[in-house]
Amino acid sequence: MNLAAKLVGWIDQRFPLVSTVKAHVTEYYAPKNFNFWYFFGSLALLVLVIQIVSGIFLTMNYKPDALFAFASVEYIMRDVQWGWLLRYIHSTGASMFFVVIYLHMFRGLMYGSYRNPRELLWIVGMILYLVLMAEAFMGYLLPWGQMSFWGAQVIINLFSSVPVIGPDLAILIRGDYVVSDITLNRFFALHVIAIPLVLVLIVVVHLIALHEVGSNNPDGVEIKKYKDANGKPLDGIPFHPYYTIKDGVGAVGFLIVFCAVLFFAPDMGGYFLEYNNFVPANPMKTPEHIAPVWYFTPYYAILRAVPPMFGSQFPGVVAMGVATVIFFFLPWLDRGKVKSIRYRGPIYKIFLALFVVSFIGLGWLGLMPATPAYTVISRVLAVIYFAFFLLMPWYTRIDKCKPEPDRVTFK
Amino acid sequence: MADKVDHSKRRWLFAATTAAGGVAAAGAGAPFVLSLMPSERAKAAGAPVEVDISAIAPGTMISVEWQGKPVWIVHRTRQMLDLLAKHDADLADPASSVPQQPDYCNNPTRSIKPEFLVVLGICTHLGCSPTFRPEVAPADLGSNWAGGWFCPCHGSRFDLAARVFKGVPAPTNLIIPPHKYLSDTKLLVGDDDKGGAA
Amino acid sequence: MKTIKKLCAAVLLLVMPAVAGASGAGMHLDKAPVNLQDLASLQRGVKLFTSRCLACHGASSMRYNRLKDIGMTEEEVKKKLELPEDVKIGSTMQAAMDPNSAKLAYGVAPPDLSVISRSRSADWLYTYLRSFHLDKTRASGWNNTVFPNVGMPHVLADLQGELELKIEKQAGHETRKLVLATPGTLKPAEYDAAIADLTNYLVYMGEPAKMVRYKLGMIVLGFLFALFVLIFMLKKEVWKDIH
Repeated sequence: MNLAAKLVGWIDQRFPLVSTVKAHVTEYYAPKNFNFWYFFGSLALLVLVIQIVSGIFLTMNYKPDALFAFASVEYIMRDVQWGWLLRYIHSTGASMFFVVIYLHMFRGLMYGSYRNPRELLWIVGMILYLVLMAEAFMGYLLPWGQMSFWGAQVIINLFSSVPVIGPDLAILIRGDYVVSDITLNRFFALHVIAIPLVLVLIVVVHLIALHEVGSNNPDGVEIKKYKDANGKPLDGIPFHPYYTIKDGVGAVGFLIVFCAVLFFAPDMGGYFLEYNNFVPANPMKTPEHIAPVWYFTPYYAILRAVPPMFGSQFPGVVAMGVATVIFFFLPWLDRGKVKSIRYRGPIYKIFLALFVVSFIGLGWLGLMPATPAYTVISRVLAVIYFAFFLLMPWYTRIDKCKPEPDRVTFK
Repeated sequence: MADKVDHSKRRWLFAATTAAGGVAAAGAGAPFVLSLMPSERAKAAGAPVEVDISAIAPGTMISVEWQGKPVWIVHRTRQMLDLLAKHDADLADPASSVPQQPDYCNNPTRSIKPEFLVVLGICTHLGCSPTFRPEVAPADLGSNWAGGWFCPCHGSRFDLAARVFKGVPAPTNLIIPPHKYLSDTKLLVGDDDKGGAA
Repeated sequence: MKTIKKLCAAVLLLVMPAVAGASGAGMHLDKAPVNLQDLASLQRGVKLFTSRCLACHGASSMRYNRLKDIGMTEEEVKKKLELPEDVKIGSTMQAAMDPNSAKLAYGVAPPDLSVISRSRSADWLYTYLRSFHLDKTRASGWNNTVFPNVGMPHVLADLQGELELKIEKQAGHETRKLVLATPGTLKPAEYDAAIADLTNYLVYMGEPAKMVRYKLGMIVLGFLFALFVLIFMLKKEVWKDIH
């Protein structure tokens, strides 16, 4: 013990070890009333680690070459010892990452986690979300199946609808006139090196920002208002051991779900691993029906819902872009007197419920072929989607809120 | 502050959870480590190789690939075998006491059948592949040379039983891989039914 | 909290039809009797596969020695599947026909079948292989009700016999039926059983590790449940501090 203490002392003279651990773990005071929805932050971190570790081991056996990529994935599935497990961990992890992130973001919506003083925290989180989408999109090309190829083809072609620079932009992204071996090679580089580095870096920034302003909670009241004689928040508890253990419960619960998918339904009925992606990429033949992976489909549905204007798909692309970027402005769109949904009036609750319905509805429609009836529904849902944001300054102000409690509620 | 903390229960639970969590972590780590072992493709490429030895002319050798490494099969003449016993004093390990060969090859000719030597063609010094020099007393190797291998990298010398000479960089005799005869003319390199499969 | 529950219910209601709707595809497919634990069926399936399919199609991700999964020793693989002398037990299943000449003969290169059961469902394969019928308009003389204008001829016609497509029109309603015109060496039920074996094998080959996956999954989940109970109790205990 003495030796360990000496070692810590030696390090501490040269590196702020003890103070860092104190500031971020043992003496980081989090509100004691976190509920179920507060698991998803730590779970996102867990999935990030799972993806990075499994990704590294996949990289050791995968070949980013149009001639060998598809076969190398099957090589991993069969010939590499336990390779099938590594691959399914990574593919399941990709979808579970979005499940976790969407629930994490929904938590923020419910409890007003984006509002003063957490605007920057929210923005950093939104940047993370966009970077994660880029990471997922590029990773999906790597198995070099039909859906990989045609999904990339369609998404990259969206960029070519940008006025003036569009076509050149698309060529710049592909490095070729079609999605090809060159595209695959650069997407591989971006997917395994560039974007993960950025992702990890921004996660650190996200955590520093969180620990600077402190966590929000289901009541949406600031625990820093009431402190004891030592300056510790009365309703705060040290992150360790209370939340490390509680998040441990969440992590094991999550792993049960994760492993249930991983071992018993890794392709999730064609949603996590699409059937057509077991056909090698063929630039000469488009599959009958193509749809992006499920986590992109809400935006894809919005894209399709907007009719071409002036002979250009560009307005749809803009709508899709705005649909993702609009989240950034939430802190300033929300004029409610309270943060948490617990004390909001009925109007906000209705709008949030409608928003969830529109998001999931659009997600489902994005998977379906675009029939006229579906297109009409997509348009209605897209309007609801945007109304949630654009009408927010109005409906949050007129909504009848209940009085917030002074301190957090804890049973 | 009503209920008292039951420290022993807490300690027990903490220990049990940590232990189970440790098992889980080890279990999760195992497939990752095991994935680093040779894949089925590597195993297939490294599978035992069948060689027809009937076509090897006396005094010559052939080289076959096994596990990506050269394996030499030498058809030694009577004269070559006779010369083998004559330079024991110059050898570092004439009796093959260092286990560089399966037990069934731990004999003066280091082989199952004296006329056929099966040996891994990788120098025990730094892994170069030595050159076959079967001729007796060539000008460049000196009058004592009774046939064998000369490593061009650092000058190690081996006799026709792949035993290393004294005073050269290579520390040990060349390795004899596991092998067996399937018939008089068919040799299997890489497996000997004695657990010698590598 | 009530609002959240309502939201969750709304989410569930929306997701359910999506999941249900995903499986419904246009045409009727017969249910394939897949049973990956029936090793005898799998062994019959691989025999049919290597003797017939492998003439033109490869299975370039599948190694012969992997068949130990379905209870075949290396000796059995060599003997029962009549491996040529120069084919090693550790090599992958390559087509006997060169893909280029196959493309010339049939217009398309026969696809590799390693993962065919993962892109096409088992039911599709089972129905497709039993739905070839004579069609004079096709160069090969064959067509298929599941895969219209298919490039592949009916290579199992000697077993199944030759079917004809009968289209009957009754009150504007069209019924399409396949009728056996010339019997083959197998009775219809025997042919169905042979195709069931073949389909079973194709499903196995699509993911050889599947049964291992299920077995390991049970162990992992069992362990995680135990761990969950422990850590949940620990959390309850430690959180007694918080009031």
